Amino acid sequence: MSQQLIAKVTEEFIKNDIPEFRPGDTVKVSVKIKEGDRERIQAYEGLCLKKQGGGVSETFTVRKMSYGIGVERTFPVHSPMIAKIEVVRYGKVRRANLGYIRGLSAKASRIKEKRVK
Amino acid sequence: MAKGILGRKVGMTQVFDTAGKLIPVTVIEVTPNVVLQKKTVETDGYEAVQLGFGEKRAKLANKPEQGHVAKVGTTPKRYIHEIRFPEMMECEIGQEVKCDIFAAGEYVDVTGTSKGKGFSGVIKRFNFHRGPMAHGSKYHRGTGSMGATGPQHIHKGKGMPGRMGGETVTMQNLVVIKADLENNVLLIKGNVPGANKSFLIIKSAVKKQTK
Repeated sequence: MSQQLIAKVTEEFIKNDIPEFRPGDTVKVSVKIKEGDRERIQAYEGLCLKKQGGGVSETFTVRKMSYGIGVERTFPVHSPMIAKIEVVRYGKVRRANLGYIRGLSAKASRIKEKRVK
Repeated sequence: MAKGILGRKVGMTQVFDTAGKLIPVTVIEVTPNVVLQKKTVETDGYEAVQLGFGEKRAKLANKPEQGHVAKVGTTPKRYIHEIRFPEMMECEIGQEVKCDIFAAGEYVDVTGTSKGKGFSGVIKRFNFHRGPMAHGSKYHRGTGSMGATGPQHIHKGKGMPGRMGGETVTMQNLVVIKADLENNVLLIKGNVPGANKSFLIIKSAVKKQTK
């Protein structure tokens, strides 16, 4: 009963237009950035390492290589600061958490593409 | 205006504010409270409003309880508590007090019973430091010195192991994020004392005034 009430309270924050994606997929996240009173959108594209939590608290971590340095950012899925999430590529992996990929070389960390129907 | 209401802790979650920031909140279920009795200086020696919260099966209420609520014409209540604020005396007997007495941005004090921790040592109970665990140290998580030998007794207030938790705890100056009349829910920023489903008293903050 209590979980239902919490779900009801957070209902208004839940987005329904989020595409289905999983760890291993390459995603493009459009992040809203505030500069003074101006707002612009910046794209952040990389590999989804993991998804954590549920409901309004769900988050996902995206890793990308920026000038040879690995950068990881964790976003709340339902954050109003995220304008859009796009799936660029569906990856074929057998783990829910791809933390092992950090230690691998670029060649070894390639992920096979999954055929989507 | 100082005011108070009774509620039940549901659990914690997160909400987003207008700037897109994530705020941790505690969800408190505040179904309409009923004013059961008003205590006055003439009859009781002090002023207070007695609120009842939460439904209870009639079978669980004894005859005095049933008579007490029958006077007001409501069902037996699970929790009954007095709120001693002069401003609350404006309420009528039998009136429903709802969560909309609080607005977003108001400061409140929340009182509840903390989670029981059982028989705990001094590190958990009084935040004592630990001794070295290795290198021949024979002092690990002990109570430390009992004090000087001069007084030939242990001073009052010396921290020792014992029952921890299960006490009445008040957290002051918490912020109301939202008063949701539709779901009968108060969202309060941060954590509040006690386990989920436990009984809470929410009152206007004593120290910090709402701007």
